[in-house]
Amino acid sequence: MPLNSNESILDHYQAMELAVSQLLIEKGYFTESDMFAEIEAMAKRTSEIGAKVVARAWANEEFREALLVDGTEACESIGIVMGPTRLMVVESTEKVHNVIVCTLCSCFPRMLMGVPPDWYKSESYRSRVVREPRKVLAEFGTKVSLNTDVRVHDNTADMRYLVLPKRPVGTEGWSEEKLSALVTRDSMIGVRVIDNPAS
Amino acid sequence: MALFMPGDQVTVRKAFPPGHVRTPYYIRGKSGWVQKVLGSFANPEELAYGRDGLPKCPLYRVRFMQSNVWTDYSGGQGDTVDVELYEHWLELFDILRKKEKVCL
Repeated sequence: MPLNSNESILDHYQAMELAVSQLLIEKGYFTESDMFAEIEAMAKRTSEIGAKVVARAWANEEFREALLVDGTEACESIGIVMGPTRLMVVESTEKVHNVIVCTLCSCFPRMLMGVPPDWYKSESYRSRVVREPRKVLAEFGTKVSLNTDVRVHDNTADMRYLVLPKRPVGTEGWSEEKLSALVTRDSMIGVRVIDNPAS
Repeated sequence: MALFMPGDQVTVRKAFPPGHVRTPYYIRGKSGWVQKVLGSFANPEELAYGRDGLPKCPLYRVRFMQSNVWTDYSGGQGDTVDVELYEHWLELFDILRKKEKVCL
């Protein structure tokens, strides 16, 4: 397979990945085209899907409540295919600032945000955000007041987390479409907040 | 049936079994409280080796005070970390226990 045509020597994990994927294909678990179709489907997902969910929750109180009770079901009710893991939505408020991490690997709500950013997978973020979250958040430009609790969510098992960020001030009455344009990937991970739009 | 309920105070087993384990090191031996019962899921410690992971294990979202997790934590007093833990990693918090048990 010409997956590594630019590199003459495979590193340990590249060799292992190639060996395992070839074995699975040879044994008929899936075909090579299944694999590439899945990679393409994953690459097509972006944080725009998550932004739509957030905008809907801001604009529609009933949806917001349903989303906080059962994230998977609420997303499926608006046509988002969630796959095998289940979604837990955590709401940031004046009292609580939520931030997500996977300290063990790189679990991420891919069905809503696509592939995680490289920093999310870095050892530095994964080890530091549980230990000194306020310092890490400050490095992202997010200063959280000591009156607000910082709640870190470690994705260790079968749930995936999405932060419902605080709705910016001055967006009352905005359409879902206009709201969703404000929502950033980093705000749904919880490392940044959404600025109030310039009036 | 889940053994623990929301509000129960629990301690994570301080165990170090070999193999694929979804309980982070930093939380072993720490005490927190059950925030939510998440349902039952196939055991990832078995799934990782091609077995079926059955019977399914109850999974909990357990909340820990950061100041209990890290002795030198310097953030807010109310800061917390939530970790998902399978039932076989949890035991009821024992207030009388002076030393943390270590099992292998």
